[in-house]
Amino acid sequence: MKFTLTDEQAGFARSIDDLLSRADTVAANRAWAAGDHEPGLKLWSRLADLGVTSLATEASPVEVCIAFEAIGRHAAPGPWIESAAYLPLALPGVDLTESRATVAMPYAVDADIADSVYAVVDGQLHSAQATDSSPGIDPSRRLFAVSAGDRVDHGDLDAAFDLAALATAAELLGAGERVLADSVAYVKQRTQFGRAIGSYQAIKHQLANVRIALDFARPLVFGAALEVTPRSVSAAKLQAADAANLAARVGLQVHGAIGYTEEHDLSRWLLRTRALQSAWGTTAYHRERLLADLLAAR
Amino acid sequence: MNLDFSPDELAFRDEARAWLAANVPAEPLPSMDTADGFVAHQQWERRLADARWSVVSWPEEFGGRGASLVKWVIFEEEYYRAGAPGRVSQNGIFLLAPIIFDHGTTDQQQRWLPSMATGETIWAQAWSEPEAGSDLASLRSTATAVKGGWLLNGQKTWSSRAAYAHQGFGLFRSDPSAERHRGLTYFCFPLDADGVTVRPIAQLDGEAGFAELFFDDVFVPDADVLGEPGDGWRVAMSTAGNERGLSLRSPGRFCATADRLLDLYASVLEPVERTSTATRVVDAWLRAEAYRLYTWGTVTQLAGGGDIGAAGSVNKVWWSELDVALHETALDLLGAEAEVASTWTDGYLFSLSGPIYAGTNEIQRNIVAERILGLPREVRA
Repeated sequence: MKFTLTDEQAGFARSIDDLLSRADTVAANRAWAAGDHEPGLKLWSRLADLGVTSLATEASPVEVCIAFEAIGRHAAPGPWIESAAYLPLALPGVDLTESRATVAMPYAVDADIADSVYAVVDGQLHSAQATDSSPGIDPSRRLFAVSAGDRVDHGDLDAAFDLAALATAAELLGAGERVLADSVAYVKQRTQFGRAIGSYQAIKHQLANVRIALDFARPLVFGAALEVTPRSVSAAKLQAADAANLAARVGLQVHGAIGYTEEHDLSRWLLRTRALQSAWGTTAYHRERLLADLLAAR
Repeated sequence: MNLDFSPDELAFRDEARAWLAANVPAEPLPSMDTADGFVAHQQWERRLADARWSVVSWPEEFGGRGASLVKWVIFEEEYYRAGAPGRVSQNGIFLLAPIIFDHGTTDQQQRWLPSMATGETIWAQAWSEPEAGSDLASLRSTATAVKGGWLLNGQKTWSSRAAYAHQGFGLFRSDPSAERHRGLTYFCFPLDADGVTVRPIAQLDGEAGFAELFFDDVFVPDADVLGEPGDGWRVAMSTAGNERGLSLRSPGRFCATADRLLDLYASVLEPVERTSTATRVVDAWLRAEAYRLYTWGTVTQLAGGGDIGAAGSVNKVWWSELDVALHETALDLLGAEAEVASTWTDGYLFSLSGPIYAGTNEIQRNIVAERILGLPREVRA
């Protein structure tokens, strides 16, 4: 029994975090949202070099979660969940490590830069063509409607969905951690009435609640990585989404109006967090699935 | 990273499970805060001790099994899953014993630990005072040095189990000229000593779960001081972490309650109650499961020689709010029947104390904010 990262896993977490910390991921995120994919694609290939695109098939879900937590922490753009979590399991015979792919769930995220586009129709995987794009709440996740084409041979779509939902939970966890860290830094330097606002109990207690929520989301995410089941994945997604949402709301509140601006970097995580709450199974879906599973086991 | 137990741990779990299945009383014991219930709980402690399950993590010479932290948590999970009674000896075993092991003399260990393990001597915690709630450093009860020992004077309150317990432990101000945190000394004393008056206080449930203690020139020999005189704050703080963190509220208790909540949900046929509580049933289960997994992370850290430090405060807010949520949800599921006294109403009333005792949740949030997030201390007058 050892429920912490191994030295090797901690090393992997550090290297991916170092890579993303050195890159200007926020600039890449903003450029991506504006339709300039260049910096984001460079980032993509560097992460691919680190092995992120082969984790789903070559490593364990623990490594997948480590990578996606870092992606969330840095708001890296691109169809990572689709290309590096869902489709590698949905298409076990296809090598996706050197390309980008996306799948409509129900929108195909970033279909304009994907080498291949898929859609799930009646429980079967089909190749697809992107049609119209719709603006998203998170402009760095570009949404496309698709028209489905031929059916393709596929693997276990349920397992693929669960890994994608788990990756989403990990990304939410990373986003929540980032917002908390940035908020803590902000309230230490922002003063009102002659002292740092972080010294006021009203601010402290809100941030403490975020710390507590994230601390209890993390074990559900990594517990699910050790045993990926519909129950564990839904639990992880629910708690991570709630914790990240709390982080976002409190983060915005303690930043005040500057946090409500597009130009402040906080906006990247506020919008990403809201988008991911709806992606890969809404909160209502996962709650329903978890309850059904718990009752079936009685 | 893994959550698998070793063959040795699995064997331990099976042994505990089998013993509990054969020995846990079929009917719940009467409340430990009544005279009869107190004795019934002491007898249960004796039964646990005879089979060496009362203090599994203690060394064998004191009645334990020398069990690892992992095994201790395994035992706690099994204990509550089996529906076993609450522990009347909890204050002693989980709050005082770690201090006696770390700071007590050999003589103190031999005098106090064996009867604590068997439940023969029940210990009450005497920390709070009428004017010192969360601000423990402002304690005013005094200890005056006399030949061979000390004279205790003053008043303690909210002393859990003190209505029926035999011994007390707490902090007294032994050096009035020293700064707040200094000059406190940790004492153990009999509750039937000359000069001690115990006034039981009925709790919300009507039972005397705690008491006020009045001290009027109570003599305590030097041999009953825990740690060095004047060092009581430091000595006591090592138990505060225990109370808030792992030892008092093992996740097994909440997981067992969450399972009962699911059973209740499945048994309730009123569509209104089911629909209106479904979300909270799932979320309560989820939070208990999160606590279970969180605890394994903590255990792994501690087993690796780490220190949880202020993380005990994170823990305390979580389990205390979880306990309220579990029971409020159950009562809402019960509909009109919730007004009738039951194990759910008992559990609900008990859960309401959680956010208050062991340091209020406001104090815990301050600790999380200041010691974990590194925010500046609040300006205090």
